[in-house]
Amino acid sequence: MLKTLLKPFARVFEFQAKTHYRMERHSMALTAGIILAAGVGGFVEIAPLFTIDETVEDVADMRVYTPLEQAGRDIYIREGCYACHSQMIRTLRDEVERYGPYSLAVESKYDHPMLWGSKRTGPDLARVGDKYSDDWQVRHLINPRDLVPQSVMPQYAFLQETPLRTDDLPGRLKALSMVGVPYTDDMIANAADDALGQARPDSDRASGVLDRYGEATAVRTFDGQSDRLTEMDALVAYLQILGNLTDVAQNTQLMTEE
Amino acid sequence: MSVKDRDPLTGHQTTGHEWNGITELNTRVPRVVWFFIIVTHLFALLMWILLPAWPLVTTYTKGLLGVDQRNVVKQDIELANIARADWADRIATLPADDILKDPELMARVTGTAHQIFGDNCAGCHGTDAAGGPAFPSLVDTAWLWGGDTETVMETLRVGINSTHPDTRYAQMLAFGRDGILPRDDIRLVIDYVQSLSGTAAPADRIAAGGEIFANNCAACHGENGHGDTDLGAPDLSDAFWIYGGDDKTLFETIWGGRQGWMPSWEGRLSLTERKILAVYLQHLGQEVPQ
Repeated sequence: MLKTLLKPFARVFEFQAKTHYRMERHSMALTAGIILAAGVGGFVEIAPLFTIDETVEDVADMRVYTPLEQAGRDIYIREGCYACHSQMIRTLRDEVERYGPYSLAVESKYDHPMLWGSKRTGPDLARVGDKYSDDWQVRHLINPRDLVPQSVMPQYAFLQETPLRTDDLPGRLKALSMVGVPYTDDMIANAADDALGQARPDSDRASGVLDRYGEATAVRTFDGQSDRLTEMDALVAYLQILGNLTDVAQNTQLMTEE
Repeated sequence: MSVKDRDPLTGHQTTGHEWNGITELNTRVPRVVWFFIIVTHLFALLMWILLPAWPLVTTYTKGLLGVDQRNVVKQDIELANIARADWADRIATLPADDILKDPELMARVTGTAHQIFGDNCAGCHGTDAAGGPAFPSLVDTAWLWGGDTETVMETLRVGINSTHPDTRYAQMLAFGRDGILPRDDIRLVIDYVQSLSGTAAPADRIAAGGEIFANNCAACHGENGHGDTDLGAPDLSDAFWIYGGDDKTLFETIWGGRQGWMPSWEGRLSLTERKILAVYLQHLGQEVPQ
């Protein structure tokens, strides 16, 4: 039966075999063929970018990460948190019921690189911001088993002791602005001060953070130590903003009624 | 050796290459492989037509089936809500006492609440709801803001010291750090507070501590230390402690003050989900021996 089915294609096979044979004997033709074949793969990867404007929602209230949050994000990447935690709630019923509104493209608009992830040893963190207190986050990072006895997460107690490096923050913001994150010159120039100010609500620098990044920005002593700026401050500030850069997902999506 | 050479054994052509007398067959790709390649391509072609596929300049081909994953999940959730409606609607409308008496509804409540509690509350209050240092137990009889279903639901809605505009607000002052009470006075108050729940101390120290308590603490915790659920001030005369009732912890509490934090769940959990949790806590409180 297979032979009968294939019979009409006999000439195709013949043509393929002959063409292939000829091309192998002409190096330029073979090169052109290879470029063409690889080009198909390249096109398939590039083509979705043609409609990127339609994919990424246009949202007015989407804000950039503050320098402190961006520093926390870099720590998140450095410590490999993404290896166990995803930041992408998929359009599936069980995920929406557990984690909240599914992730929208605009919410990772300023993520370089994105941390959507595909592996969940721990829970998804896309909407973990404001779900727990700063104190909880700090204690949980110091020793997860103090709060969740069955947790397998490593301890990150050293973050509470490690001073946060802020002198390179203007450079980091500058680099991000070069790939399209709308940091203003003002934001870049004041990055180090703003990082300090966001963790010192009583200092003069705090008002600058609110001016530059919006009134809704959380200015708190994230790590509970008002006298020093640590990596814990940065990481907790980052965790508390996850899912809170814009309210568009919460405002547009149906809430589950269990 | 020429290209047209054929292998005498199989009858296939060779590539024309030769290495020390060894030649290479130029066998064609088996036709069955071609068959499946063609089938795969036809399948892809069909899917291009049926499903969203090709990007155009400003839009993309939407496909004949009109599938949109966002609509799919929306429908799934709507269907799930309809499937749950027979018992979820009754939970939403019935008073808590009636739900607690209905074994069929309670089976739904405990099954559903266990998941909701595990995903949202267990991080602080523990999977058994027994709390831990700095996080109150939800299965004892002591409630900071009141333990009836309505009050628990309100606490769930607005949170405590949270970012919600209607949040419950409570803060214990840092009596030591802010210089309101000297160290010796704090130690006297500790003796008095411990005596409320039955720990022995010299009578004169208790009396002195009681006076300081009346002047500084009674405004929130009440004259006899019974607390006030309107202010979120804990009862100091019972056996339950949030942070601990030993000398060291009490000193830390009075010296540095305390301020708990519970998030508002209004944005994360629906009204029915919050009611299920409140009823579930009532149920747990009845189950656990005090």
